[in-house]
Amino acid sequence: MPLKKAFTTTIDNVSILDEHGSFDAKLGAPGGKPIIPDDDLVKLYEHMCLCRKYDEVAFKLQRSGRMGTYPENRGQEATSLGAAYALNGDDWLVPCYRENAGLFWRGLPLEFVLLHWMGDERGNAIPEGMCITPLAIPIGTQMLHATGLAWASKYRNEKRLACTFFGDGATSEGDFHEAANFAANLDIPVIFFCQNNGWAISVPTKIQCSAPTIAQRGIAYGMDSIQCDGNDIFAVVYCMKEAAKRARENNRPTFIEAVTYRLGDHTTADDARRYRDAKEVEKWNNRDPMIRLRNYLVQRKLWDDAKQEAAVARAKEAVTAAVKRAEEIASPKTADIFNSMYAELPDDLVIQRETMMTHSLGQHPEELPPTSTQQRTHQQA
Amino acid sequence: MANLTLVQAINLALIQEMEDDDRVIILGEDVGPNGGVFRVTEGLHQRFGSDRVVDTPLAESGIIGSAIGLAMAGLRPIPEIQFEGFLGPAFDQICTHAARMRTRTRGALTVPLTIRVPVGGGIHAPELHSDSPESFYAHQPGLKVVMPASPYDAKGLLISAIRDPDPVIYFEPKRIYRAFREEVPEDEYTIPIGKARVVSEGDDITIVSWGASVVQCMKAIEASDRSIELIDLRTIYPLDIETIEASVKKTGRVVVVHEAPLTAGFGAEIAARVMEHCFLYLEAPVQRVTGFDTIMPYYKLELEYLPEAERIATAIDHVAAY
Ligand SMILES: Cc1ncc(C[n+]2csc(CCOP(=O)(O)OP(=O)(O)O)c2C)c(N)n1
Ligand SMILES: [Mg+2]
Repeated sequence: MPLKKAFTTTIDNVSILDEHGSFDAKLGAPGGKPIIPDDDLVKLYEHMCLCRKYDEVAFKLQRSGRMGTYPENRGQEATSLGAAYALNGDDWLVPCYRENAGLFWRGLPLEFVLLHWMGDERGNAIPEGMCITPLAIPIGTQMLHATGLAWASKYRNEKRLACTFFGDGATSEGDFHEAANFAANLDIPVIFFCQNNGWAISVPTKIQCSAPTIAQRGIAYGMDSIQCDGNDIFAVVYCMKEAAKRARENNRPTFIEAVTYRLGDHTTADDARRYRDAKEVEKWNNRDPMIRLRNYLVQRKLWDDAKQEAAVARAKEAVTAAVKRAEEIASPKTADIFNSMYAELPDDLVIQRETMMTHSLGQHPEELPPTSTQQRTHQQA
Repeated sequence: MANLTLVQAINLALIQEMEDDDRVIILGEDVGPNGGVFRVTEGLHQRFGSDRVVDTPLAESGIIGSAIGLAMAGLRPIPEIQFEGFLGPAFDQICTHAARMRTRTRGALTVPLTIRVPVGGGIHAPELHSDSPESFYAHQPGLKVVMPASPYDAKGLLISAIRDPDPVIYFEPKRIYRAFREEVPEDEYTIPIGKARVVSEGDDITIVSWGASVVQCMKAIEASDRSIELIDLRTIYPLDIETIEASVKKTGRVVVVHEAPLTAGFGAEIAARVMEHCFLYLEAPVQRVTGFDTIMPYYKLELEYLPEAERIATAIDHVAAY
């Protein structure tokens, strides 16, 4: 007897504006109504120009010793931008660290991300109401928080959702699987947005996932899953709108795999020439999300060289101003190490903050002289 | 003899142990063609191939958990965790399995595992790339915890760790990965686990430290005109109390220096042991110069957090004047 099929599935791949410039109007403009109105499209492209400039300047800041390690976002602008564009302002964005475009679209001041990479926690002090969690350095850990944030929204019946971003590598971490499993089984309105950029530092995606798609990882947990061209902002917005609808109407999670590419090194501390082929990078340079969007805008007579020049000039100005704000902020005070540790600082920590010492000779720490030059004369007990 | 950095000394030890023993394999994130993010495994993938130098999926629990399996099967795996801040997902496997396997099977299964982990602050790195979690692991019975402070010790200790029949966490102080060079013999040699090193002898004060802090202690000692004995613990657990005891009985005054926070840091253990072993010899309370009881700050403030030479010098003066 032939075996019955317990389950079969397919993963759809969404591409609307492809690298050759052809546009799928059925998906991209159903009933003649584009899923991204022209005005917005121009703004989105201008925003990409801003983010590209930001990357360029941030890279130079690191190279000239004015900033620490920085992860370039170059080539991945369409992903988080399309996602943030498709969401409401009170939906949570739960990023990793390659989502500048989406965070800035939401309104995060440009200098915050610089401050973070300049080694200053104030870069994480996200203005109230912005609904953004800080950059997540430990890979894969933030998705669970998105599940919790969206869970709270469901609990309060707010119809807000959470969208969490992570890389291909992050889908290898146990926390990802736990976040997905919770969201699917407890009906939580969260969007898992995977930026599959081909690499996790030097490790290619095939070491993270030997299945044909990463998207099918979502299927394994019982959630709707889809793959899209992550360098096609239309495709990203299309998938996001579907996912947001599903989340708002039915509290169901979605897994989106956006296929993109990290055009730069992993971070400024990395040298990708050690492990990847220049030809591969060249191929993806041609698929740059900005090139195809610009061509499309030009073809639609929404853009021209003069506009490009003006946009780049505006971007430069905005980024220069942001760098100035980041560099001119007063140095953090040493006491800041302590001040945000607890709602109320334990006595022990008050003493450490005041003396800036951890040694105390025991019984009378307040009697210790503050510097090594003034010596304490102690009555022998 | 070659004049090597700490990174090169570790690299050399890895090569020699892999040449000698085909049970030794390396696994971790980016350890393969890229040679590790600090280049500690540079050249090893080319030399030993992808069966012995394995880029794994990005999952620390996976790396350690599967290394435990490899070790129980008789191999000598050397998993790398890319930074100490990412030990979190591996903590479960380390503490609930690696540390307990021998005793819960009464020796039927053992876990000869060397977990290499860059550790500590001072390199202007991003968040979670600068912590010092050694006392978490020293607190877990069943593990050995080592941290070399010089290229010479790095090579000898790593060889001991790889050959050790039990799980060893081998912390590599990244601040001194390339800070200085030292003569390192080409031949294989071992530094015993559980033996401290007297870096410099002295009569007035004993300083006990480990990892990159040893270098800060040396600076403080150079600037001081007192006679100070510096002990580099090299192994955190099992603790070499004998070396400490001999020194403290001579000096009567002790300063312990480490980057990790004060409370429940390993300095607390040392202070307690000194009390037990040397109570009648003490001239002053044991002093601890450590990180504060706070989260390690981002790098703009990291040098204010770390026990730098100046703070050590103050403690030296205080303990001397008591
Ligand atoms: C838990 C954890 N392990 C390891 C690292 C070191 N690390 C930083 S980024 C990275 C690769 C991440 O790859 P991916 O998830 O694909 O994101 P991408 O950088 O490609 O955007 C690694 C291994 C980390 N930050 N956190
Ligand atoms: Mg990636």
